[in-house]
Amino acid sequence: MKEKMLQHLNNLFSKVFLIIFIIGNSNLAHSEERNTEFLKNNWSFDGVFGTFDRASLQRGYQVYQEVCAGCHSVQHLSYRNLSEKGGPEFLPEEAKAIAAQFEVIDGPNEDGEMFTRPGRLSDKFVMPFPNVKAAAAANGGAYPPDMSVLAKARKGGADYIYSLLMGYEEAPAGYELDDGVYYNKYMPGNKIKMAEPISDGIVEYSDGTETTKAQISRDVTTFLVWAGDPHLEARHKMGFKVFFYLIILLTLVYFSKQKVWSRFGSKREEEEEAFDKAEKAVTKYEGEDPKTFK
Amino acid sequence: MSEEKYVPKTKLAEWFDSRLPLLSLSHHLKSYPTPKNLNYWWTFGGILTFCLITQIVTGIILAMHYVAHTEHAFASIEHIMRDVNYGWLMRYVHSNGASMFFLAVYIHIFRGLYFGSYKAPREMIWIIGLAIYLLMMATAFMGYVLPWGQMSFWGATVITNLFSAIPLIGESVTNWLWGGFSVDNPTLNRFYSLHYLLPFLIFGLVILHIWSLHIPGNNNPVGIDVKKGSNETMPFHPYMVMKDLLALLAFLLLFFAFVFFMPDFLGHPDNYIPADPLITPAHIVPEWYLLPFYAILRAIPSKLGGVIFMFASIFVLVGLPWLDSSKVRSATFRPIYRKFFWVLVVTVILLGYLGAKPPEGIYLILARIGTAYYFIHFLILLPLLGRYEKTEPLPLSISDPVLDKPGAMDKLKEMAGKYEGENVATFK
Repeated sequence: MKEKMLQHLNNLFSKVFLIIFIIGNSNLAHSEERNTEFLKNNWSFDGVFGTFDRASLQRGYQVYQEVCAGCHSVQHLSYRNLSEKGGPEFLPEEAKAIAAQFEVIDGPNEDGEMFTRPGRLSDKFVMPFPNVKAAAAANGGAYPPDMSVLAKARKGGADYIYSLLMGYEEAPAGYELDDGVYYNKYMPGNKIKMAEPISDGIVEYSDGTETTKAQISRDVTTFLVWAGDPHLEARHKMGFKVFFYLIILLTLVYFSKQKVWSRFGSKREEEEEAFDKAEKAVTKYEGEDPKTFK
Repeated sequence: MSEEKYVPKTKLAEWFDSRLPLLSLSHHLKSYPTPKNLNYWWTFGGILTFCLITQIVTGIILAMHYVAHTEHAFASIEHIMRDVNYGWLMRYVHSNGASMFFLAVYIHIFRGLYFGSYKAPREMIWIIGLAIYLLMMATAFMGYVLPWGQMSFWGATVITNLFSAIPLIGESVTNWLWGGFSVDNPTLNRFYSLHYLLPFLIFGLVILHIWSLHIPGNNNPVGIDVKKGSNETMPFHPYMVMKDLLALLAFLLLFFAFVFFMPDFLGHPDNYIPADPLITPAHIVPEWYLLPFYAILRAIPSKLGGVIFMFASIFVLVGLPWLDSSKVRSATFRPIYRKFFWVLVVTVILLGYLGAKPPEGIYLILARIGTAYYFIHFLILLPLLGRYEKTEPLPLSISDPVLDKPGAMDKLKEMAGKYEGENVATFK
């Protein structure tokens, strides 16, 4: 009686939970409707074997320098990174020349004075503003975020940045925007304080690549992904080697394990064989199945 | 295969072992008898040991480059990721290692729940295991604070604020924890200190965990006692060592898939934004492995109640060996418990999902139902099942019932000897 009740209770519970689970999951689809889906791109750095497009990185650096660097810092990047493997791979002289374009505050010198000198490879990227407050003050109260790890710090990563750059639109009719606030399809909340930064032909590429808004956005996004993850290529390469090694080792260990365990199995087989022999002998004389022994 | 006593082969070994029995210990670890029917769910103990050691080794290296100061912590992590040789590898192994550690520990715990590994005479293993789990959660939580990103800061703020729910002394306790009037540099510093300390406490508890395991020996999928000194057990080395190694390598495939190909998948993007006490993130969520408890915390309408239920959800497990009064260990022979077990698994996963959602509308309702079921499962269903569930008949031994029926072999041999007039013992 009680068992039956328990069984019923149990079935009931299972069903209730199944239903709850399904409702819960179907709800998942509705809750994420915050934004339109990001624009998709075939990024060269995606996937297990992904690497950066060198030329795109170099162009991306140019876009960053000419368009973004006025407001956005990349304080964790050093000039030497520009010529390192897996990055834009400028020639060392080129990177040196880039660094030298910037004035770096150094010091104090022997007289106790701070002084400026041309940048070196070992310097971090010079920031456009001395501090966050100054940056915010110069930009209508909105602090232009440091872009060192921007691609990692936003849901959607590269797709988000690209979409944001492409997502400036006229606000829908009746949508109110304050002065200095712009409408962007992909910005959470749709309001952004940065004016549309990229338009057709805003930079001039020396390698002859067309300067459409989409191309420029792609290049600068690639640059930002690299800036946030400068060892991405090294990571992918090592990952491949690790998997190659692991799979071989796994196979070897699998067969070793089978071999080791077969020792135990064969011992058991011997015992079973002995049992069978004894069983046969008994059956011969007793004419009955010894398995019925109590 | 019973365990033989260690016999020193040389005078030196005898001299040494009689003064410090490390050789005996090593011999014991090698010959420790394990049930031969252990399945791959039993390999997670070894995997967890690997995870702990990996966390400690990578952690020590990271500590050489990390700076525990609110002004420098975030930048020092970026320094590790960019400038330290293979720093990115150490850091990604460490951060994903935490997730893998918890994944393995959850499988380990649910394995114990399914096969009744917490039941007599293994209560002590279970309770020490829970202590390890608690310390793991504390360690992981404090580790997550160290990068000093937005989630670090706000996660620390939310969790430490829980203590302010304690009546009368709550506020003083919270200030004491913070070392000030908000989460700030003193908080970061002490979290770093404790984050370095706790893993070694865990390590000590792991030794006790294994020690207490080696007294009754392993439970097994059938859940009945094995006869030591029979062919039902096999020595730990090389049999279990090889099996554990194989499982570990397979586990590493998953581990390294995260480390090398999606290292930030399990983290929250907001933690790549430096901590800012003036900007609260839209949703403050802990790491995935703490989400079920976060859901329980928020399912209760009062703050103090939430805190009590959250802690109770872990401490109820301490009482489990006594709440589950069924004499049968393995769920294989418990048809009703088996179903409720899976309901519990689904509930915990559901709570984890809800922990990542805002506590409103359908999410809140589901979280309350899930929380209720969680406690009903342990406090009501298990005691009732222990009393009323009709379990299936247990086999006499973990192996072939004919061969291992007690005395069957001897009886056979005796009878065969009677007729054949020969010593049947030579059959063997």
